Amino acid sequence: MDTLDLARWQFAITTVYHFFFVPVTISLVAITAGLQTAWYRTGKEKYLRLTKFYGKLFLINIAMGVVTGLVQEFQFGMNWSDYSRFVGDVFGAPLALEGLLAFFLESTFIGLWIFGWERLPRLVHLGCIWMVVLGTQLSAYFILAANSWMQNPVGFRYNADRGRAELTDLWAVLTNKVVLVTFPHTIFAAFMVGGGFVAGVALWHLIRRPGTDRDVFRSALKIGASVVLVASVGVAISGDLQGKVMTEVQPMKMAAAEALYETEKPASFSVFTVGTLDGSKEIFSIKLPYLLSFLATGHFDGEVKGINSLQDAYEQLYGPGSYKPNIPLTYWTFRLMIGVGMASAAIALWLLWTTRRGRAPTRWLVWLAAPLPLLPLVANTFGWIFTETGRQPWLVFGLLPTASGVSPSTTSGEVITSLVGFTALYGVLAVVETKLLLRTIRAGLAGTDAPPDTAPDQPDKPLSFAY
Amino acid sequence: MELTTVWFVAIATLWTGYFVLEGFDFGVGMLYRVLGRNEPERRAAISTIGPVWDGNEVWLIMAGAATFAAFPEWYATLFSGFYLPLFAILVGLIVRGVALEYRGKRDEPAWRARMDAMIVVGSVLPALLWGVAFGNIVRGVPLDADHEYVGGFGTLLNPFALLGGLTFVAVFVTHGAIFLALRTTDELRVRANRLATRTGAVAAVLTIAFLAWAQALRGDTVSVIVTIAAIVAFAGGLVANLLRREGWAFVGTTLAIGLAVVSLFVALFPDVMPSTLDPGSTLTAVEAASSAYTMKAMTIITAIFFPLVLVYQGWTYWVFRKRVVVA
Repeated sequence: MDTLDLARWQFAITTVYHFFFVPVTISLVAITAGLQTAWYRTGKEKYLRLTKFYGKLFLINIAMGVVTGLVQEFQFGMNWSDYSRFVGDVFGAPLALEGLLAFFLESTFIGLWIFGWERLPRLVHLGCIWMVVLGTQLSAYFILAANSWMQNPVGFRYNADRGRAELTDLWAVLTNKVVLVTFPHTIFAAFMVGGGFVAGVALWHLIRRPGTDRDVFRSALKIGASVVLVASVGVAISGDLQGKVMTEVQPMKMAAAEALYETEKPASFSVFTVGTLDGSKEIFSIKLPYLLSFLATGHFDGEVKGINSLQDAYEQLYGPGSYKPNIPLTYWTFRLMIGVGMASAAIALWLLWTTRRGRAPTRWLVWLAAPLPLLPLVANTFGWIFTETGRQPWLVFGLLPTASGVSPSTTSGEVITSLVGFTALYGVLAVVETKLLLRTIRAGLAGTDAPPDTAPDQPDKPLSFAY
Repeated sequence: MELTTVWFVAIATLWTGYFVLEGFDFGVGMLYRVLGRNEPERRAAISTIGPVWDGNEVWLIMAGAATFAAFPEWYATLFSGFYLPLFAILVGLIVRGVALEYRGKRDEPAWRARMDAMIVVGSVLPALLWGVAFGNIVRGVPLDADHEYVGGFGTLLNPFALLGGLTFVAVFVTHGAIFLALRTTDELRVRANRLATRTGAVAAVLTIAFLAWAQALRGDTVSVIVTIAAIVAFAGGLVANLLRREGWAFVGTTLAIGLAVVSLFVALFPDVMPSTLDPGSTLTAVEAASSAYTMKAMTIITAIFFPLVLVYQGWTYWVFRKRVVVA
């Protein structure tokens, strides 16, 4: 493998891994903030205990999100220096805004929240976690704006002298039509993970520890499952809007999502296809007529361009070469994203039904505890693999091929070192994190109702909640 | 002032802030295991940086992102050229960050010992390598006409850069010890104070050697004056430490680190990545800079929001201003 392939594998591995922690963080902090708000307003102890319990799980998770995020910030320059030179003028701005407006907010207020339980007035302490929520949302927005620019470059001009893209309209970059649909889609998808996590943990406790804290975990189960359901509706609506924008700005990605080789009008949606390995011929398939036309254009008889005609058009526009992404990969990740996401919504709905009006969940349902958060998480992953590989062979659509972005001075030995190093380190940390998470989950609400450690006017003592 | 200069100053400010702030939490990370003789002491020592270390580290992310936005060529050349040291820094910061957050989550000596080892390594390694990196930036590295780094990993491990690495470690240990003396009580406080005196002497010698060498390599009148100011501030901090005036001692090391970093940036300007091969291959701030529009937009946004960041980050330090007692 050459430096390019190695650098791509490293980016894929470290980014997919980073995004295991991102959706949990985004949603769990908001749910925790909601629980703390419920406690603040009602004074009910169960909300305080849930806040502390899920807050602890959130902290275990965000620690991983923060440190793996550092790699992302450095990696552009380390492995993609020509990309950085080409886009820095445009792409750097949202990244810097993310640091300035989001990361400072998150990191500072999370410290205040962890260590401020007995030190800050209740309302101020509650405000701290809401500031963290705001930070995560801003962070998501800016980084998605940066990514959306790679899918659909706007607000720039090409400077031939410097051989780079230059920003002409920051507002256009921040209101790119792709980010406007991608942001809600990503946030709702994150809430499916966090809701599933809250519900899954609660379900496990209700079944495996039926004697302890039944009422508290019943509330958590209902809250979590409801979040999944509401978020799944949001995901579907925003995903539908996204499909239409994608058809407009990246028709090849839409065609690749469907493995639609020939232009169709009207086009049917393929549910399942067994085809030849390169996907160019189908052997067996299930299709829903008219659906793709509707998803892509909003009309049941709309025309959806096929891969072959787009390839011809791109050759006219950009010169000879292949402009097709990896079709089997985009086809299957797109389907699995939708299928797995729908399955998790169905599980949440079923759980709400089967536990309605005080009914206890049956014992075998414990097997759904892990899939509840993991299915939406996997759907998130498939979604990102789809949208990033679907952009190939472009790094910045229509402007910069992926092969042109890699660092010229970096050797394959260096990239192998970091690729192996990060992968091994991430593997070990995954084991450490998962074990700690499971341990904390099993321990349950014990300790969450401990009395305050310190009286307000004494010198600071280390807190049990913190370190 | 030209916007390019404004952003050079901004980048220098971010690195200065980063080393002043993360400097003491690196130092605490290197020291708490030896300074604290039992678990309650160690817990107290590490709690002094608990609420703030993560916010301190954002200064680094900000320095990186601002360089990316304002000087894409600088970001590209620096980060791809210093590949392996940056990889090692990342590994250090990753294990440190995780260990700081996870240390207290399991109440077992074996678990804590493992996390302690990760925190120590994760504090020493980045401190050392940042010193090596900054030594190399100031000294210059082999760059070709396209500003691509053409040296190897060994090129970066030259005597001057290694001296820089040792200086950073020694100074951060002292800065951290003084911070601990300022933020703890009783025996821990006394021990931290004494340790700062001893490491401070070593750090002072290294600092004088490194900064003087840096000025000899590439210095002008202004940078020499700043360098002298840095050394005077450090000496003042150590005297205050001897007199057990902990607040003033911390002010001293804070100023010393700040001025030392500033002296390096002043010496560097108007270059950002000097080349040791052909002077024509040196990357200057102007060559590395983004377009005027990007600079202007970033300037406006930063002018509005950065003061806000300083206010709430300052507030954190105010909230957690009391000494941590061993419990």
